[in-house]
Amino acid sequence: MIVGEQKPLEELWEYIKDHKKVLVFGCNTCVAVCQQGGNKEAEILASMLRMKATQEGVDIDIQDSGIERQCEHEFFEKAEDRIEWADAVLSTACGIGVQFMAENYPKPIYPGLNTTFLGAVEELGVYTERCQACGQCILARTGGICPIARCAKRVMNGPCGGSTNGKCEISKDVDCAWQLIVDRLKLLGQLDQYEELTPIKDWSSDRAGGPRKLVREDVQHDS
Amino acid sequence: MTAKTPSKLEKILAAGHFAVTSECGPPRGSDPTPIIEKAEMIKDYVDAINITDNQTSVCRTCSLAVCIRLKTMGIEPVLQMVTRDRNRIGLQSDILGAAHWDINNILCLSGDHQSFGDCSKGQNVHDLDSMQLLQTVRLMRDEGKFLGGDDIKRPPQMFAGAAANPFADPFEIRVARLAKKVAAGAEFIQTQCIYNLDKFEEWMKGVRDRGLHEKTAIMAGLTPMKSAGMARYMKNRVPGMDVPEEVVKRLADTPKEKQAEEGIKMCIESIQRLKEVEGVRGFHIMAIEWEEKVPGIVESSGLYPRPEV
Repeated sequence: MIVGEQKPLEELWEYIKDHKKVLVFGCNTCVAVCQQGGNKEAEILASMLRMKATQEGVDIDIQDSGIERQCEHEFFEKAEDRIEWADAVLSTACGIGVQFMAENYPKPIYPGLNTTFLGAVEELGVYTERCQACGQCILARTGGICPIARCAKRVMNGPCGGSTNGKCEISKDVDCAWQLIVDRLKLLGQLDQYEELTPIKDWSSDRAGGPRKLVREDVQHDS
Repeated sequence: MTAKTPSKLEKILAAGHFAVTSECGPPRGSDPTPIIEKAEMIKDYVDAINITDNQTSVCRTCSLAVCIRLKTMGIEPVLQMVTRDRNRIGLQSDILGAAHWDINNILCLSGDHQSFGDCSKGQNVHDLDSMQLLQTVRLMRDEGKFLGGDDIKRPPQMFAGAAANPFADPFEIRVARLAKKVAAGAEFIQTQCIYNLDKFEEWMKGVRDRGLHEKTAIMAGLTPMKSAGMARYMKNRVPGMDVPEEVVKRLADTPKEKQAEEGIKMCIESIQRLKEVEGVRGFHIMAIEWEEKVPGIVESSGLYPRPEV
């Protein structure tokens, strides 16, 4: 899922302080799981901003609402009135939701979160990165552990010389992805695979190739 | 072993001599004087001088410019090249730039993470990794091709090397990792600084068991300790460094004003011991900001005069 982190209140206040009617708008899927941008968090954020407005002596009407997902058209229908009412929206979706809203409504849509990464819920309150959406998955040859997302140098033939006691050279709190890969290959009885050189990667399916698009004509025509 | 390139380093190794290299870090400014002085100081005691590529991710004059400087001084450079700062266009272009000046040695590295340096908020590139850079150098040299497939007019003639850290974890794949570098095209290896000689010898045994010492020339890396404080710092703070407690203790038990001398002595003793290790073909002496000690170390280790080839 997509993980996000709420921006500091001061920064959000700067975005909205000159508007009159502001809607704090939640997105109740990915960013609700990490409890940063769901509809409940949007409600809390709206009340914090109302307190801030009171403190600052500024007259702004701040309401909250939310939908299941801000990255799909169909979910917006039931919130049309609220969005229409506002003269600015503070979206607590990820960067995708914020942009998707902005494309559809001719009013300022501000980001309430910093979109941080694609990750997993390691335990309650702990989210960790797993994927960088490079567009060509290599997990089959790396024991199911991604060196692109999890090695600080995205070394394809690792580990580098900085791996110590299973940790990365950047921090003792970061696992060395290649230590994990080697351990995992060993567990799977596939350590012989380690010696195969991973060829130079085609990054054109990654960010380097420009904005990416997937078209499923079969699905398109059905709808 | 016969030399495939005009590299003097390669010729010395091919002739069966112990090779000796050292390294200098380019200055953090545009004045060439410091590097000229360092190079002049050591040039008669080493076969080639590595020029580091923004080591520890701190911005400096580029390695290529300083290698050209050495070349114009009649000194053999080893161009260090990290994959952190340039994509495959930049890397290939700089390889050709070096070949333009007939620079005949390259050391392919991934580079320290940028968070160690003065641009910790910068991006890192890592379009290729160090093994893929080795493959690139060999493709350009041996096939005369760019990665994109086009022919290179007058391909680079470079003796291709890589670093190896016998001490980094996981230890069990450290020999396998060297095998990968050899498969990727590494013709010489300069190792991480060796303080734990027992562990190094264990690694070398693994290397010999696979015959890797016959496929690549392993040069043992050494950095003399200046003080007990430096030993402690290297032990505790430098990633991938293995400094045994007895090394720290020996320095700490030496009076402060004699510690530097003791560090040099330990370095010479290490070289003497490593000369006896089958498969060690040379020494890479990294006297960090202490280049003036290199001649003495080389002489006292019985590695002077350097052979003519």
